[in-house]
Amino acid sequence: MEFDAVLLSRIQFGFTLAFHILFPTLTIGLGLLLVFVEAQWLRTRDEAWRTLWRFWIRIFALAFGMGVVSGVVLSFEFGMNFSRFSAATGEVLGPLLGYEVMTAFFLEAGFLGIMLFGWKLVGDRLHFMATCMVAVGTSISAFWILAANSWMHTPAGFELVDGVFKPVDWVAVIFNPSFPYRFLHMTLASWMTASFVMAGVCALLILRGRTDESLREGFRLALLTAAIVSPAQIFVGDMSGLAVREYQPIKLAAIEAVWETEGAVPFHIFTWPDMEAEENRFSISIPYGASLITTHDPEGVIQGLKSVPPEDRPYVPLVFFSFRIMVGIGFALLGLAMWGVWLRRKGRLFEAKLFQRACVAAMPLGFVATIMGWITAEAGRQPWVVQGLMRTKDAASDLAPESVATSLLLFFVVYNLLLGTFLYFLWHLIRRGPDTEPEPNRAPEDEQPRLASWHGADGS
Amino acid sequence: MDFSFDLPHLLPLIWALVIAFGVAMYVVLDGFDLGIGILFPFVPNDRDRDRMMASVAPVWDGNETWLVLGGASLFGAFPQAYAQLLPAFYLPLALFLFALIFRGISFEFRARSERSPPLWNAAFACGSTIAAFSQGLVLGAFVEGAGASTEASTPFSWLSPFSVMVGLGLVCGYALLGATWLILKTEGLLQAWCDRAAKRLLIGVLVFIGIVSLWTPFAEPEIAARWFSWPRIAYLSPVPILTGVLALALWRALAAGRERAPFLYSIALILLAYIGLGVSLWPYAVPREMTIWQAAAGPMTQGFLLIGVAVMIPLILIYTAYTYRVFRGKVREEDTYH
Ligand code: HDD
Ligand code: HEM
Ligand code: HEM
Repeated sequence: MEFDAVLLSRIQFGFTLAFHILFPTLTIGLGLLLVFVEAQWLRTRDEAWRTLWRFWIRIFALAFGMGVVSGVVLSFEFGMNFSRFSAATGEVLGPLLGYEVMTAFFLEAGFLGIMLFGWKLVGDRLHFMATCMVAVGTSISAFWILAANSWMHTPAGFELVDGVFKPVDWVAVIFNPSFPYRFLHMTLASWMTASFVMAGVCALLILRGRTDESLREGFRLALLTAAIVSPAQIFVGDMSGLAVREYQPIKLAAIEAVWETEGAVPFHIFTWPDMEAEENRFSISIPYGASLITTHDPEGVIQGLKSVPPEDRPYVPLVFFSFRIMVGIGFALLGLAMWGVWLRRKGRLFEAKLFQRACVAAMPLGFVATIMGWITAEAGRQPWVVQGLMRTKDAASDLAPESVATSLLLFFVVYNLLLGTFLYFLWHLIRRGPDTEPEPNRAPEDEQPRLASWHGADGS
Repeated sequence: MDFSFDLPHLLPLIWALVIAFGVAMYVVLDGFDLGIGILFPFVPNDRDRDRMMASVAPVWDGNETWLVLGGASLFGAFPQAYAQLLPAFYLPLALFLFALIFRGISFEFRARSERSPPLWNAAFACGSTIAAFSQGLVLGAFVEGAGASTEASTPFSWLSPFSVMVGLGLVCGYALLGATWLILKTEGLLQAWCDRAAKRLLIGVLVFIGIVSLWTPFAEPEIAARWFSWPRIAYLSPVPILTGVLALALWRALAAGRERAPFLYSIALILLAYIGLGVSLWPYAVPREMTIWQAAAGPMTQGFLLIGVAVMIPLILIYTAYTYRVFRGKVREEDTYH
């Protein structure tokens, strides 16, 4: 492997994307949960919900800031590192990103200020609207960026003219074949991840002896969300798999490590796909499993990797293992969510120490599954950047390797520092927990709240 | 120039204006955010710094989004220019992005940090200053034509005395915007301090505008021809004259201790300099290599994206204005961030 500008650009792009996606995953999910929490407060006027809201808005704001700064980087990286890709696909993908900015980023940014600092200035109703706008904005953002990304997996609605992709049908471009599944799958991934984060944080504080009503409400809400979302995610993941089989058969072959095109394919729980020998070693398998899962028929035929020349195959072990980690986590989290449902029906949610510890341990799992899912999807598409039409090696800019090496090194250092600092502040926020007093200087209802203060909703 | 009003001719023209508008919004709005960061180390005390940050904390993200809009629009509407320019300015753009990271993250981190505000003060100040400077580097190099794809281009083609000059000029200009914004948003000692700073910065800005306007035509005969040929000189001459008039008005507004006028005059001053540059660059997307028509995406793309612009930008402007309205008035003593 030669460390040329192409490879360095790929490493940099993968790294900065993987870093970025950690934060949207949290903000998309927390955005929704915060809407629930604020709605509950408006409905019941029970201070516990407001306290819970103020606790989580701090964490949301911290993550949102990280999402913004790492996202701005990405929108320039397309052109900086993948200029030939940009020149070829700009007419198709550019407008999708343009619409993302106009319909999502401005909405989020515009109302975030009010959401964070404006509760006293605008009153309850408008503030609730701001919270909704921010939450909706994050999902609209996922809509457009996944449309763009899915188009690279299952391109549609275009014609190729002299190596440039020209749009001919925008509806077909946006609603390309894999888009609905992947948009749903990513959105659910965010809700799932965020709900387990919320459950884990509440569990941690309960384990530490806090008995605040707000934490209990939060724990219940998070577990309820998790119990609804987790089974849905497995269902949608399965649909995603069917779409992969139909449109990217070689990716599916890599996911299941299938070399020959044949029926009755076993599901490998573990194996080492040997790229040189074109076979699997050390397999532990369930007979008929893969056929059953991906075709819903035990005898179903799966197209094998050998049906295309070696240079058209992705690096199989990466795709194979990342997929298994994602699916493993999916089922583990489903189990945890069901355990929660059972405990709640028994009314023992707040006594079950073991369950609470498991929730704490599960906090990072959603993020891991999300990253693994993206690796499955993106590495499985290789060597193509636009499936079947443009190769990754033809996508990169003609840059000096030293330039890319410098920026990559800096990204590596800076992002690690940022992540460390983020986790440090996050830990402080979590340890402090929700406020124990009702908000200190809340303006009386009848007083015109203009300019009372911009302290932020958290009033700290 | 022939003005045939067919779609493939008209759309790139409209798009050039849309992008120019987006960038102008960015320059003005993020300009005063960055300006605050540039002034950050020099104000008397930490309480002032708290107030400075509080004055932009609710709006800075939206301001920065105009930059993202500019990037995405260029990608969509002029993909060939996007693909040509961004790699050419790889290093200063990377510097710019790192600076923006530190600037942006300081808002949350500084507010959260009990023990080390000086660290985040530094991150905010350096981030803002470097972001402004590297933006100027890119702008200067772009005007000079360093984005062109010549054989001789190196990873450092963008570095020249001229681009450094524009970089410094932009730092000065943004600081002026920042100072006059603070005159509007604060009172007391900090306001008085900003008043004095704004006067000095105004002189600096005028010096830089002077240098750059003399330098560009002499460095580029084509630009000289554009400005000094008859009859153009007749309808372009208001630009420098207006600059002088505005500078004078700004100075007097500062001297008279007015609160709102200095900010508006500085915006006008910066925009005028921006329009002047635009005249020099017209009609190129990559100076002297690729016109906006050569760089343009097809009507199918530009038309589709334009529909979005026509519907969304007015809406965005409305709710942005609403946000500014909600947070209008002075930042008060106790109104520090968090
Ligand atoms: C599934 C969701 C998702 C994915 C795959 C991506 N993003 Fe993202 N992005 C978001 C979801 C998101 C978000 C939820 O909307 C963020 C995170 C926090 C935030 O502020 O908005 C965001 C922020 C964000 C911002 C800052 C917006 C602002 O200033 O408010 C930019 C410029 C990008 N992203 C650009 C990108 C690009 C170019 C991507 C891919 C190549 C990308 N994002 C992948
Ligand atoms: C946010 C979640 C995402 C993650 C974690 C992710 C991850 C990755 C990884 C690991 C690679 C390198 C693959 C390889 O080289 O083997 C990659 C490549 C790439 N991805 Fe994604 N990706 C994400 C989303 C997107 C989106 C939304 C887009 C476009 C709209 C996109 C476009 C690309 C491009 C252009 C490449 C470069 C070419 C390549 O190396 O394959 N990615 N991504
Ligand atoms: C347990 C059942 C699951 C199955 C069967 C499943 C299936 C899949 C498949 C087949 C893909 C590849 C899609 C493509 O390349 O187009 C994928 C991608 C992905 N998965 Fe999963 N998944 C499961 C669970 C999860 C969980 C629990 C998460 C996160 C919490 C997750 C997050 C993702 C993400 C973020 C992607 C990349 C985006 C995309 O391509 O849709 N998945 N998944």
